[in-house]
Amino acid sequence: MNLKQLYQDIILEHGKNPRNLRKTENFNKKAKGYNPLCGDKVHVYLKLNENKKVEDISFEGSGCAISMASASIMTELVRGRKENEIKDIIEDFLKMIKEKPELSSKNLKDDEKTKLMCFSGVKQYPMRVKCATLSWHTLTSAIADNNEEINTEKFD
Amino acid sequence: MNIENIKSQFPIFSKKINGKPLVYLDSSNSSQKPMCVINRLNDFYKNEFSNIGRSIHSLAINATNKFEETRISVKNFINASSREEIIFTKNGTEAINLVATTFGQQNIEKGDEIIITELEHHSNYVPWHFLRETRGAIIKFAPINEDGDIIIDRLKELITSKTKIVAVTHLSNVTGTIVPIKKIVEIAHKKNVPVLVDGCQSVPHIKVDVTDLDCDFYAFSAHKVYGPTGVGILYAKKKWLDRLPPYIGGGAMISEVKKDKIIYASLPEKYEAGTMPTAEVITFNESLKFVQSIGKDNLIKHEIEITNYALEKLRQINSIKIIGNPKNKAGVIAFTIKGIHPHDIATILDEDGVAIRAGHHCCQILHQKLNLTATARISIGVYNTKEDIDIFCKAIENCRKIFDLK
Repeated sequence: MNLKQLYQDIILEHGKNPRNLRKTENFNKKAKGYNPLCGDKVHVYLKLNENKKVEDISFEGSGCAISMASASIMTELVRGRKENEIKDIIEDFLKMIKEKPELSSKNLKDDEKTKLMCFSGVKQYPMRVKCATLSWHTLTSAIADNNEEINTEKFD
Repeated sequence: MNIENIKSQFPIFSKKINGKPLVYLDSSNSSQKPMCVINRLNDFYKNEFSNIGRSIHSLAINATNKFEETRISVKNFINASSREEIIFTKNGTEAINLVATTFGQQNIEKGDEIIITELEHHSNYVPWHFLRETRGAIIKFAPINEDGDIIIDRLKELITSKTKIVAVTHLSNVTGTIVPIKKIVEIAHKKNVPVLVDGCQSVPHIKVDVTDLDCDFYAFSAHKVYGPTGVGILYAKKKWLDRLPPYIGGGAMISEVKKDKIIYASLPEKYEAGTMPTAEVITFNESLKFVQSIGKDNLIKHEIEITNYALEKLRQINSIKIIGNPKNKAGVIAFTIKGIHPHDIATILDEDGVAIRAGHHCCQILHQKLNLTATARISIGVYNTKEDIDIFCKAIENCRKIFDLK
């Protein structure tokens, strides 16, 4: 593993120009996330329609290239998907970040898998895993709608 | 002083990190250990180990004597007036907690005020916050100016008849500000308010004379002074240690125990309950000898030279912002690079074998004041060289290249 694999063009590009970095109008779900290690905070806003399909998703916050790119790519993947599909993708992503070598969710297309696999490099940097997972945990909380602020210290 | 010789006394520098020679710029966090310190710890366990205190066999007598020798060395190192004023704890944080807890129990009532500053490490805030929660104390923050210096006049204004203690750092672990402790002590003492100094950053890097400072409490740790982990030191004026209640109860801190009464041990044992980090305290003497063999003046001169060199080089790099510009600055430089998050900087530098710190450095109050969530930080130790700084700056350039900064 070298640094180039971690800081691939796609991560740098999304890190610098994150997509959906704004606040969704008329959102109906939201959650806050906090990474005490670096002090980074993220807000995720969701607009789900009556079929539990994501009409819009956005995020606010600031952070390192990895956390911004992760949030950015996550929002791109989630739009237009149904809640249960999203939950499956989140689970798959979090497993891949921690231990699994590949993604296996049937809800992900190959090009989407390729994009997400860019983050597999963080496995080598345990202190940075939470940068990649903060927005995903926050999305889980937003979907659950339990008004719980995510704190990455509480996750492995 | 031959700096090459100093570096060669630290075996870690013969190791490679990610295939590169280690450039260690995180001494504010903890310092590396010279061979004499590592050997002493090993030696004690191998040939001399015993607990200290009550036992009367030869090993115990030797260990007790050696333990007390460190206490005398510490006393001399910071120019305290007696060995009774030196208390060993597990770290600098515990030394501050000891004071906050015992002083708080005895002296803090609802509405009483504790003054700290915006520069403080969490270890000199959270223990006082406990008194806010348990005793209804009020915490006031003496503000800093744009340069990162405490505004002394504002601190002076904060002291009222309700103020019970002032707790302030001697050296900021973010801005490198050397705080004019003597002046603060004078101001506080005029109003009969005692002063606790967090000396964790200062003891390894500047001259510390607690008698001259006239502070009431001075806390620091061994591991930042080229010593082992697990040892903190609290200096306190004897009048306070006599007056304050004990902190942790157990063996060694008692003189007599009856069913209806316990008499505590005299100083310093009153504050040293249970088995202490015996080997580490004994080893710490070697660290102090190491610093003395270099000479504090030589050490300071060297670190200032490297710090100024680093500041000069950093200022030449585009988009770098150095945090704070205090009147007196020690070898701590926090900085940001526009367009690169500090955590990305630290990860990329690590690949080049350069160890720096990124984050809020346990100073969230200060970062909130500066409107930053995180900064990158280098901190200088006695072993650092200009070559280290050159490698660091090259790694920063690499970092800027990866992020495509102009």
